[in-house]
Amino acid sequence: MNDHNHQSGQGHGSLHPHGIEEPPVSSVRGIPLVELVEVSSSYGTTPALQNVSLKIWPGQFIAIVGPNGGGKTTLLRTILGMIPATQGKVLLRGQELNRSSMERIGYVPQLETIDWNFPITAEEVISMGFFNKNRWFGGIGHEERRKLQNIMARLNLTGLGSRHIRELSGGQQQAVFLGRALLGDPELILLDEPTAGLDIRSRDDVIHFLHEINHHGVAIVITAHDLNWVAAHLPWAVCLNRRLIAQGRPQEIFNAAVLKDTYSGEMIVFHHDGMVMIGERPHAAHN
Amino acid sequence: MGNGPTPLITNPTSFLPRGAGEDVRRGLDGLNDLNCLNDLNIMSLLVPFEYEFFRNGFFAAVVVGALCGFIGVYVVLRRMSYIGHGLSHAIFGGAVLSYVMNLNFFLGAGIWALLAAFLIHLISHRRWVGADAAIGVVTTSSFALGVVIVSTHRSFTRNIEAALFGNILGITQNDLWVVILISLAVFLALLTIRRQLLFATFDPEVASAYGVSTGKIDLLFVTLLAVTVLASTQILGVTLVAAAMVIPPVIARYLTQRFQTLLIVSPILGASCGAAGMFLSFYLDISSAATIVLTSAVLFILLELVVLARRKNPISKGLNYY
Repeated sequence: MNDHNHQSGQGHGSLHPHGIEEPPVSSVRGIPLVELVEVSSSYGTTPALQNVSLKIWPGQFIAIVGPNGGGKTTLLRTILGMIPATQGKVLLRGQELNRSSMERIGYVPQLETIDWNFPITAEEVISMGFFNKNRWFGGIGHEERRKLQNIMARLNLTGLGSRHIRELSGGQQQAVFLGRALLGDPELILLDEPTAGLDIRSRDDVIHFLHEINHHGVAIVITAHDLNWVAAHLPWAVCLNRRLIAQGRPQEIFNAAVLKDTYSGEMIVFHHDGMVMIGERPHAAHN
Repeated sequence: MGNGPTPLITNPTSFLPRGAGEDVRRGLDGLNDLNCLNDLNIMSLLVPFEYEFFRNGFFAAVVVGALCGFIGVYVVLRRMSYIGHGLSHAIFGGAVLSYVMNLNFFLGAGIWALLAAFLIHLISHRRWVGADAAIGVVTTSSFALGVVIVSTHRSFTRNIEAALFGNILGITQNDLWVVILISLAVFLALLTIRRQLLFATFDPEVASAYGVSTGKIDLLFVTLLAVTVLASTQILGVTLVAAAMVIPPVIARYLTQRFQTLLIVSPILGASCGAAGMFLSFYLDISSAATIVLTSAVLFILLELVVLARRKNPISKGLNYY
């Protein structure tokens, strides 16, 4: 087993060739939705990912955690084909990535990257999700409009379509971009830090939407910084710091050793009432 | 003013190109006899249309105003205002060269504009060179080339004025048709790529993840922009084209926060300012291109004043303050 890899508790799934346990989902015997095989990538001469092997199964809900610059966003972009792997390969349902296979993956970027002064309404943003269905000509037909309204209703956005995106709450803004991703009927949705900058209520809304979507069979991969939030809400986590440190149930892999490997710093991990909680170790005692 | 009728337009043909002045001169002689300022009524608004030079200029201003207003929405939202300014300066080099080589303006300057657009696209996609720097390198070099050629051919000082400040009264019927055809072609091309263009403008990273060829869309857009600037330069002049592409969408931005509405309001504003500017310049005997730009600028200032006044009144709503 690779010394740097940590595995989840015993008896929950099969053992990965690199010593990382795979998730205990029923579809584990089929073909993975996405498979990264010893993938490395870089920005110029700066390495971003090193020999990352990871399988994402249909219906799985995964959080990728790690430090800033640890390769979380790069991993999502590599899956999307936006950043080519310098080594290894990315397979989608066992096939190399191509344009048509990409149509089954939805992507929600960090909200920080959005120009909130852009003159665009919630409905106009969500409608961009039809791009794959109707590339060049024509407007939105009856069927598409009905689908748009259904998705807006699912995301509690009914009546908010004509609002400028800046006039929505943080949770609603996230829902708008999630709606755009959902319009393409994806099998997998990748979300880059969907809870960044959101208050507790909005984060609650977001996780509610995500669980609801996941419940309908859509696999979800998110990047996140809040380990406690991940431990409380998500069934599976991947610790990444350019290389894959560990993956498994948050309650099992969020331990001092794994987190030290991932963040290169000491953290306090304690268990309470079946929950795992992570705290920062203060640098100096305060009076 | 003196006791007698004041000539409306005193020296109108000073900046007209070869062969374009005779028609204008005839029309203006007739206009000076009308003393329109003393007898302004609805019918007098139609008087300018009796003259071909005004009709041509008016329709050219409306068409180019609408086109600039339409493409300007993308120019402003993509933060490319400087490129309109730069491309018009680049076209100056091509215009001068085509004059020296006795080539058709649209052909010579058009090829030059497309070359400049392609170079800007190429340089700006280098990771270490920003788009603004790329525009600066290409367009100022082209403009400088034009100035050098002008300095060695002192005979066409008059035409240089037309290139710099526009020559709307010298637009011929053929010029008008060329402008209309170019505008239609650009408009249709923009309509065809509007979805990709919107996606690539709003969220380029995700657009490429969704399969939009953002590089190709960027190149196509900058090409369409070069063609628009080419059609507009003859009318508005090198120095004023950028304003026609920037001010109408900025005004429209105050009035709507829907992208689709912006695409309707901005060209209407551009066309209206073109029409109003033509009338005002006719009756006030001032430069047409500058008046068109100033009309839209005044509209912008008025809206800004309304916004400032409403900010003092927290209850009132209606205009966007973004």
